[in-house]
Amino acid sequence: MALKRRIGVFVCHCGGNISDHVDVEKVVAGVEGEPGVAVARTHMFTCSDSSQQEMIDQIVDEKLDGLVVASCSPKLHMFTFRGMSERAGLNPYQYVHVNLREQCSWAHTDDKGGATEKGIHLVRAGIAKCALTRPLHALRVETQPRALVVGAGIAGMRAALALADMGLAVFLVEREPEAGGWALQAGKMGPEAQHGPDVAARLGSRIAAHDNIMLYTGAELIEKSGSIGDFNVKVRVSDEDVVDLNVGAIVVATGFDTYQPREGEYGWGLDGVVDLKTFRQMMADGKLEHGGKALRDVVFLYCVGSRQSKSEACPAPNTYCSRYCCTAGTFAATTLHALEETLDQTVNQYHLYRDIRTYGHLEMVYEQARREGALFVRWDPENPPVVEQGDDRLCVKTVDTLAGSDTLEIGADLVVLVTGMRPRENDQLNSVLKIPESKDGFYNEIHIKLRPVETVIDGVFIAGASQGPKTLAESVASSLAAVAKAGGLLMKGYVDLEPLIAKIDTDKCTWCDACLKACPYGAIEKTVCGDKEVALVIASMCKGEGGCVPVCPHDAIDIEGFRDDQIRAMIDASLKEAVV
Amino acid sequence: MSAKTKEPDPKILVFSSNAISDPGIDLAGSAHMHYSTAVQVIPLPCSSGVKPDWVVHALEAGFEGVFIAACGGDCAYLSDCTERTSALIKSAQDKLKERDISPKRLKMSGLCSVCADNFVSHMGKFQGELKKLEAK
Repeated sequence: MALKRRIGVFVCHCGGNISDHVDVEKVVAGVEGEPGVAVARTHMFTCSDSSQQEMIDQIVDEKLDGLVVASCSPKLHMFTFRGMSERAGLNPYQYVHVNLREQCSWAHTDDKGGATEKGIHLVRAGIAKCALTRPLHALRVETQPRALVVGAGIAGMRAALALADMGLAVFLVEREPEAGGWALQAGKMGPEAQHGPDVAARLGSRIAAHDNIMLYTGAELIEKSGSIGDFNVKVRVSDEDVVDLNVGAIVVATGFDTYQPREGEYGWGLDGVVDLKTFRQMMADGKLEHGGKALRDVVFLYCVGSRQSKSEACPAPNTYCSRYCCTAGTFAATTLHALEETLDQTVNQYHLYRDIRTYGHLEMVYEQARREGALFVRWDPENPPVVEQGDDRLCVKTVDTLAGSDTLEIGADLVVLVTGMRPRENDQLNSVLKIPESKDGFYNEIHIKLRPVETVIDGVFIAGASQGPKTLAESVASSLAAVAKAGGLLMKGYVDLEPLIAKIDTDKCTWCDACLKACPYGAIEKTVCGDKEVALVIASMCKGEGGCVPVCPHDAIDIEGFRDDQIRAMIDASLKEAVV
Repeated sequence: MSAKTKEPDPKILVFSSNAISDPGIDLAGSAHMHYSTAVQVIPLPCSSGVKPDWVVHALEAGFEGVFIAACGGDCAYLSDCTERTSALIKSAQDKLKERDISPKRLKMSGLCSVCADNFVSHMGKFQGELKKLEAK
């Protein structure tokens, strides 16, 4: 088959990033005789406009039906060259990218001969794969101009408004009887001292007045079918009615739960040990007292429920930092100080911390708290503070690791546990949406840096603290990122799906259902082919990860672009001797 | 380490995953962290999709070791990716034993998208182990 192909091979100097450490001319000489290669040459920068035009001309003039570009990582320019292939009239899936920079020249700057030899092997493998490519076509799906937002906290409300402002119809679903989320209970929120319920109310008013938004409270998503661009969902409202909706995209902004300390954890359960939410409410009520006595000494204890280590008492630790608590605790210090002045009451504050993580401009809150007299005492996780009931009030014992090894004993009228975030318990929603979770239990994005709000469920985006602990500002930023992705998808009117998905060899398939069991996405169905039952891949549901491939006992499944014959050919081509 | 010596380094084929371990291997190159030129990578969508027969084929064809740079807990596709990849490793090792090929020639480790140090370390250790196997 390979002899019939006409493949163009273009090796990039990358200015010198590649050619300083790989002899690219020798690479060309080492591959130009490979079966199917019609053209092989180098370019100084294959990604430059002029080089792309030259390659397009050669694809056309030489009637090439396959293309190999050996340059930088495909993460940078795979789509560049796919686009170039299309412009040249070549099917973009008959182009193969070879990573000659990050995985060759840059990794072997100490061995030009070895790197050149490896480069020849890499390009030969690419040619072998290319020789077995066949034209593939993206699956084009029309998108419906409607979005579903799950969760009407601040992040969800902000997402709904932004999508609605784009002209899209938005259905906003909230499990609780009222929209607003945690902000309803937050009181004053740092660092700008905005009042949480007021923020929620302002957004709620805008939502109520917006023609494009329908808000369902006391409602839950109970069913989802369809795929990107065209989901059919059922929403149960107030335990009675079920509403059928058709949407093109789903934004999940279900937020977080707060950590609930275990009985006895840092004195939890003792009279006078409260969490930050309770203390904020106390301040909002304008009374600094407990048990009828004015507060004189208050201890704040940080990192409760965050950055935990595994132990007998804590078999499933939350190992992550909850990010917002240091700011919330230090902001509570400044709020308390202001209230002291209002009430003409003096309260000594002791903040027992592991590390203060008031990053960025939030550091100013910490500085203000210190200036106003709050004392900060650092503790060691190997020797954490102990909260006990004293004779007439609480007693907190701790060692200040920055001041020596003596144990401090602090008498306290109130101990405030600054608790972290936990993943929201959403069993019902999880069973419907099937968004993968990280090991911490929060929803998992495809890539934290490159695709931070997309999930492997095409058309389903995550926003806010449903993805991981975030401050409110970070939640809104993430929410608007999800809006940009969902809005872009729906405003375009269609989406092209990668055709690099599973393919069944119906001659080999006997419908044993192993692939059905291996696929968590519901992309496999039983169908009849001729006189036998076989597996059918639902193209819009298949993620192409290949989890079904090795479980097939009949070797009947391949992933397009990574087919069995292609991988074997790459292995064989990699091992052919290269003379440098 | 990778300068040419009388004894060439054992050839290692690495199966990486496009979204997780391959960026980690890229990062090793971006940081100019050296490893042997006898290490070659074939990227796949996910480590759960490696066919045990590919491992056998690679070792029979001439690679001296196969390393599966698995997605581990970071896999965006499958929450049980590690278990699935472990299962196919076991299947591949069983096939290797049947062919009288040492199962020690197959290694797997989870490799994240920034695990450049780990990758280089794994390659160095694996090559050392393969050299010991060759010496036997």
